[in-house]
Amino acid sequence: MITKMNHVSIFVLNQDSAYEFYVNKLGFKVQTDAPMGPGIRWLTVCPPEQPDLEISLMAITDGMMFTKESAEQMRNLVKKGTFGFGVFQCNDIYATYEELKKKGVEFTKAPKKEFYGVEALFKDDSGNWFSLGQKK
Amino acid sequence: MEQYPKIYLYRRIVQAKLFIDDHFADNINLDDIADEAFFSTFHFIRLFKTIYGKTPHQYLTTVRIERAKELLQTETSVTQVCFSVGFDSLSSFTGLFKRQTTLTPSAYQQQQLQRKQEISRTPLKFIPNCFAESRQRRETKKSNFEEA
Repeated sequence: MITKMNHVSIFVLNQDSAYEFYVNKLGFKVQTDAPMGPGIRWLTVCPPEQPDLEISLMAITDGMMFTKESAEQMRNLVKKGTFGFGVFQCNDIYATYEELKKKGVEFTKAPKKEFYGVEALFKDDSGNWFSLGQKK
Repeated sequence: MEQYPKIYLYRRIVQAKLFIDDHFADNINLDDIADEAFFSTFHFIRLFKTIYGKTPHQYLTTVRIERAKELLQTETSVTQVCFSVGFDSLSSFTGLFKRQTTLTPSAYQQQQLQRKQEISRTPLKFIPNCFAESRQRRETKKSNFEEA
């Protein structure tokens, strides 16, 4: 039976820029950085306390799961901020918010108390958005 | 202006944490870090631990070890890594490193360099088959993912 998820993909417009965002701004660790062909890498990162979850920063390029046309469509959707790829967790949302803001991360919602907890929303360098919540 | 509790306290603690992130390799001490946040040392340690789950000193050690891990993925000598991340004793560095990673710095370096070589030689061994094959099928035949 399925016991857990160990890989998940986030579609990004540029892997170098995504590396800069996820590793240098969010503080994620690089798990694997392997060449896949001209200009494309298998690049996976993980949050510092979750080494068994590999997040693949997936380039949107024809030849993988996309054709030239669907790659273009996907890039436009990502740029528009269509996709929210998940929820991240932190120990202290106000400290994390202050730090990430100082590092240039764009927040679309400051920490706010909701019925499910305190939540903030931020975007990555491609336009994907994420919820950030505080560990209870 | 954001409306959440004690914004000014958070900003000062975050400032101190970022100071550690930027100056971990220097010979800094708690008083320097507390000064950066405009707190007394006792109050600073208490607040820092509440927010980050570690005392400032523990956090500083963690940052140094993490940076050491990055440098040990290159051929820089263990001694050079030890001093360049701010430790002043090779034996303390080795002890702390092993406590955090279960490996000595040399063993860790060997493991990482071997892995890098393997990735360079046979990258497809590190890429899930579904993606590697999808890439290889590129312009040859239709895959499940390509549109008809």
